[in-house]
Amino acid sequence: MQQGAFSRLADWSSRRPWLWSFVGAGVIFLATIAFTSGKGGADVLAAALTFASFYVIVGIGQMFVITTGPGNVDLSIPANIALAGAVAMKVMDGSNVMILPGLAAVAGVGLAIGCFNFALIRILSIPPIIATLSASFLVQSTAIAYGRGLRIKPPPLFAELATGRLFGVPILAIMALVVAAVMAVVLRRTVYGRSVLAIGQNARAAGLAGIRVERVRFATYVLSAVFASLCGALLAGFSGGASLNMGEEFLLASIAVVVIGGTSVAGGFSNVPGIWGASLFLYLLVTMLNTFGVGAGVRLILTGLIIIAVIALSGGRRAGRG
Amino acid sequence: MSAFVPSPRLVRAALPALSLAALLVAIWFVQPRAISYFGFNLMLNLAMPIAFATIAQLCVITVNDLDLSIGAFVSFVACVGATWLNETPLLGAVVLLGAVAVYALIGALIHLRNLPSIVVTLGMSFFWLGCSVLLLPSPGGSAPAWLAALVKFRTPFVPFAILVSAALALIVHVGLMRSAWGAILRGAGGNPAAVARAGWSLLRTKVTMFALAGVFGVLSGLSLVGLTTSADANIAIRYTLLSIAGVILGGGEFVGGRVSPVGAVLGAMTLTLAGSLLSFLRISPDWQIGAQGAILIVVLALRALVNRLERRR
Repeated sequence: MQQGAFSRLADWSSRRPWLWSFVGAGVIFLATIAFTSGKGGADVLAAALTFASFYVIVGIGQMFVITTGPGNVDLSIPANIALAGAVAMKVMDGSNVMILPGLAAVAGVGLAIGCFNFALIRILSIPPIIATLSASFLVQSTAIAYGRGLRIKPPPLFAELATGRLFGVPILAIMALVVAAVMAVVLRRTVYGRSVLAIGQNARAAGLAGIRVERVRFATYVLSAVFASLCGALLAGFSGGASLNMGEEFLLASIAVVVIGGTSVAGGFSNVPGIWGASLFLYLLVTMLNTFGVGAGVRLILTGLIIIAVIALSGGRRAGRG
Repeated sequence: MSAFVPSPRLVRAALPALSLAALLVAIWFVQPRAISYFGFNLMLNLAMPIAFATIAQLCVITVNDLDLSIGAFVSFVACVGATWLNETPLLGAVVLLGAVAVYALIGALIHLRNLPSIVVTLGMSFFWLGCSVLLLPSPGGSAPAWLAALVKFRTPFVPFAILVSAALALIVHVGLMRSAWGAILRGAGGNPAAVARAGWSLLRTKVTMFALAGVFGVLSGLSLVGLTTSADANIAIRYTLLSIAGVILGGGEFVGGRVSPVGAVLGAMTLTLAGSLLSFLRISPDWQIGAQGAILIVVLALRALVNRLERRR
């Protein structure tokens, strides 16, 4: 009887791979709060929701790309964020009226980068890792040349959008939650989402079943690039201006949140809730180490080791399925 | 017929050398004086560490993995070289040996748990960066005098960096492309199941290649710190991308164990010299990375063309 309940529980949780990322985030949050004996818990949570939102937006795009199968990954995200942030600040030019044109320009940047990435993959048949990497070299240079000495503050309304709170909850987190909910429906309930999953499981079978494989992959690379661009604009709004290296940490973060969130790196199996759990986990981990007062060096070492440990513990389990 | 039209296979093998030659012609055209002993000494100053890092990356790519931590690792080695190796040589040597062992261990972990190498090595890049920050919180340190003297050694007629790179290419070529052991190591990338069924341990091949990557990473870091004489935690971060670009530029494929050590070294030199050409052309350093990306795309486009011709035959 006891055994039955246990195996039912194990079965239930194995069908929900995202559960562990939330458990991990919760444990780390409690450890942090215990250390400060309950002080500042609400602030930590609000900050975690804000920073996790950036990870979530980028991570969802990366997740769709990774889902389309082994070898698919978008390494142009950091350069994309740097360029989009600079473009957003320049087009908006500190005026509220220009926010929408600015966002349109940013979406255009994402569209262009996504198309370029896919053109390299499709027309020149370059492996996605190298294609997005070489594209990111060009994008990074463009961002450096375009954004040099840029000191434009975001428009007040846009800054408010990125930093403000609604009933105590960061507006950014609400937006990211809505985006995540929409994308979860897109992944599970639309033809496009089901096609992405099908291609990741077996591209040949998907093609034979009548799915236009290349068209779906094209849409996926564009989706990832546009999400990264929007994240770049929001990041610039949040930090009071664009900087060239603000995208750097998102290379590891975007891939890590996908994998920690229970998505198979081999493609074909993914879930959106896990992105949120993993993003909270990743941010709270850094907060906890900061709270414990460890230095930058130890923090980096522990971050790296914990990410590897999480993947080593969860990766083998998924290997049999993927 | 074939006397007039070279086979695509030959063209593909010659592509890295042709790219380098084209670049040299361009440099000669813009700045003839650069094509001299002194000019090459200056331009290829940093070719040695980049060539070592590229060969390290090649080892990992041979077994179908990718090392995104090599830049952070080379930086860490440079930091050890500028501190412990100088002050307490024995401790420094032990730490470097330990670092190679960690590389081997990562290879074992990736194989045993069937993990994606991209994620594991990205995590490791944080690990090495953290170690470097602990060791050298701010730029500084100084390289051992013997190391600086060694890498700045001036050979007659041909610059030392070129000789070392040529020797490196030759040794790795013989070891990996011409020996029986090399065939097994590449086979582990080409057809792992076949190699495993023939009785070879896939675990051992993966650990061997990762350990070799660690060894070449150490050589890269030591030659780098010998040249710069001081180090900082971010000194070689860009080597991660440079090394991948070098391997691919040199004719390597991502999967299937299809690599070319000679091509990779030529690729590393092409990327090093590209920077010089840009500065001769008075193009702003902003576009330095972009130009490397453009070179990569052009060469890959040419290779796609060659492959298409090959398929048509």
